[in-house]
Amino acid sequence: MGIDLSVEIGGIRMRNPVMVASGTFGYGPEYADLVDLNRLGAIVVKGISPKPVMGNPPARTVETVGGLINAIGLQNPGLEGFLRDGLPFLRGYNVPVIVNIWGRTVEEYEEVAAGFEGAEGVAGLEVNVSCPNIKEGSALFGGDPALFRRVVSAVRAKTRRPLIVKLAPDLSRVAEYARAAEGCGADAISLINSIPAMAIDIETRRPRLGNVSGGLSGPAIKPIALKMVWEAARAVKIPVIGIGGIACAADAIEFLLAGATAVAVGTATFLNPAAAIEIAEGIGDYLARHGLGHVRDVTGGLRS
Amino acid sequence: MRMENAQILEHRDIQGGYKRLVLRAPGIAPEVRPGQFVHLRVPHLEAAVLRRPFSVFDARDGALSILYKDAGHGTAVLKGAAPGETVSLIGPLGRGFPAECGGRMPVLVAGGYGMAALHLLARALPRRGIAFFGGKTADDVLCVDEFEALGWPVRIATEDGSLGERGLVTAPLDEWMKKPPREGVELFACGPMGMLRAIGERAIAGGWKAWLSLDRHMGCGVGACLTCVQKIHAPDGGWTWQRVCREGPVFESREIVWEDE
Ligand SMILES: Cc1cc2nc3c(=O)[nH]c(=O)nc-3n(C[C@H](O)[C@H](O)[C@H](O)COP(=O)(O)OP(=O)(O)OC[C@H]3O[C@@H](n4cnc5c(N)ncnc54)[C@H](O)[C@@H]3O)c2cc1C
Ligand SMILES: Cc1cc2nc3c(=O)[nH]c(=O)nc-3n(C[C@H](O)[C@H](O)[C@H](O)COP(=O)(O)O)c2cc1C
Ligand code: FES
Repeated sequence: MGIDLSVEIGGIRMRNPVMVASGTFGYGPEYADLVDLNRLGAIVVKGISPKPVMGNPPARTVETVGGLINAIGLQNPGLEGFLRDGLPFLRGYNVPVIVNIWGRTVEEYEEVAAGFEGAEGVAGLEVNVSCPNIKEGSALFGGDPALFRRVVSAVRAKTRRPLIVKLAPDLSRVAEYARAAEGCGADAISLINSIPAMAIDIETRRPRLGNVSGGLSGPAIKPIALKMVWEAARAVKIPVIGIGGIACAADAIEFLLAGATAVAVGTATFLNPAAAIEIAEGIGDYLARHGLGHVRDVTGGLRS
Repeated sequence: MRMENAQILEHRDIQGGYKRLVLRAPGIAPEVRPGQFVHLRVPHLEAAVLRRPFSVFDARDGALSILYKDAGHGTAVLKGAAPGETVSLIGPLGRGFPAECGGRMPVLVAGGYGMAALHLLARALPRRGIAFFGGKTADDVLCVDEFEALGWPVRIATEDGSLGERGLVTAPLDEWMKKPPREGVELFACGPMGMLRAIGERAIAGGWKAWLSLDRHMGCGVGACLTCVQKIHAPDGGWTWQRVCREGPVFESREIVWEDE
């Protein structure tokens, strides 16, 4: 019996439901010697803004128990830089490329979304309204319902590409934001981004991160992420992409059972660059073991 | 660059808490150039989400070795790994040292594990020069025999005077540099940031080149996460970030923007 792992997210066809998460896989070439990019469900590239951004001073990450706090500060080469130096490499592969975008103002979100309209080799956009590492803007966009609607609607008006909205990890209102994204025309939602966090060096009494605080990712956040994905999936009809601490196939299957159509693997790639590919294989094994033909037979399969 | 499950062939104490770990890595070992490193996944370190970077001390016959010291949780657990176990490696990583000195006399300067990082270079350089090693105590001065066997005289300084002269490694270096060889010198260094900066300043003052291997905390180790950045002078007079794991860990001293500049 054939097993079908393929999924479709708002028109983006993926060979399997396991993507690599924004900011953890660079722009593709960094891991190309280690893993076959064509076996990934999709590649979500590091967040792109209209102009180049230098990001935060080091230290930019700190390891905690089962997790990682990062405060990269959204360093990126900007729209033009990515179109010139980043995207051509990825066109050489047969894998959907999803560009993660962000801005400091609604106009910047519009500008960067519009900038990809003519670009060949972009399967879809993921709008980051949820990064904890930018002081002026994005965190607010994800934490204020009116502003959130304005940004999503504005980006929607500027792009015909499949549009994924990446939600802030705000547990108390996750269903509300999920519905708002759907209402404003998003084709899918993804969650969660890293969770605001910090660490202190008790000898020097200084914060361990140059930016003082950052966002926590990795296995430590998985149970929280799972709860939010479950809430979001119950609230909307559009597909949900589950993210947060996924490190093995069992983790990914939990998210699928909670209602996710696909998942993204972030921090786990640092320990095991082949994590996403191995997770996709593991999902296939699970389907076989349970006599299921298609990964959609798992999505939302949680029993009460 | 590749990922390889490497079997532990040998794992023994050398001195002062340092251990030597020898791994069978037929894929990675032949590709290693001087100053490159491997990103090692510490086995049984369940709470960790990151690998740990280590300079390659030696690479031959399909095996590579590292010298390391207990510096925290990961290295403490690594110490317990037994021969026969496998360890996942990614490598070789980074650009390493240029294995040439343009006809000048090569001068190696190392503190702590820097001696390990310079060992392959000492073997690969087209001519022998002189090495200066520094440490807190005699326990921190590694591989002197190996360097001498390769034909390098080694001058030593320790902060407590337990080996060589008392003080910082820059003291014997400065003394020696009062009469530099006629053909000039090319410096290669690995060690704590303060030491590297002192070497860089001397190189700039003397008109020499100094190739400095930086130590930065790392996430991915391959250039994807932007954890390990260093400020580097840009051609337009400004600066840019470069990734120590990809464009480094070795930079020429003039490229580096020192933190409080
Ligand atoms: C390019 C490079 C080459 C290195 N080569 C050697 C070597 O040959 N021998 C050797 O003994 N050590 C070497 N180090 C330092 C070594 O990586 C650290 O000692 C090690 O990561 C400590 O891990 P831990 O879990 O024991 O420490 P913890 O403090 O528990 O680790 C917490 C986190 O901080 C990181 N970290 C802590 N100290 C350092 C450090 N000094 N440098 C970078 N990351 C650090 C760890 O990797 C980990 O991500 C090298 C570092 C770099 C960047
Ligand atoms: C180093 C690092 C950089 C990140 N950069 C971005 C980014 O640019 N845009 C974004 O939307 N999310 C970014 N993220 C968040 C991840 O995409 C993901 O949502 C989060 O890490 C949770 O997943 P994980 O636990 O599998 O890592 C970043 C995460 C890390 C660890
Ligand atoms: S450690 Fe990730 S970019 Fe250098």
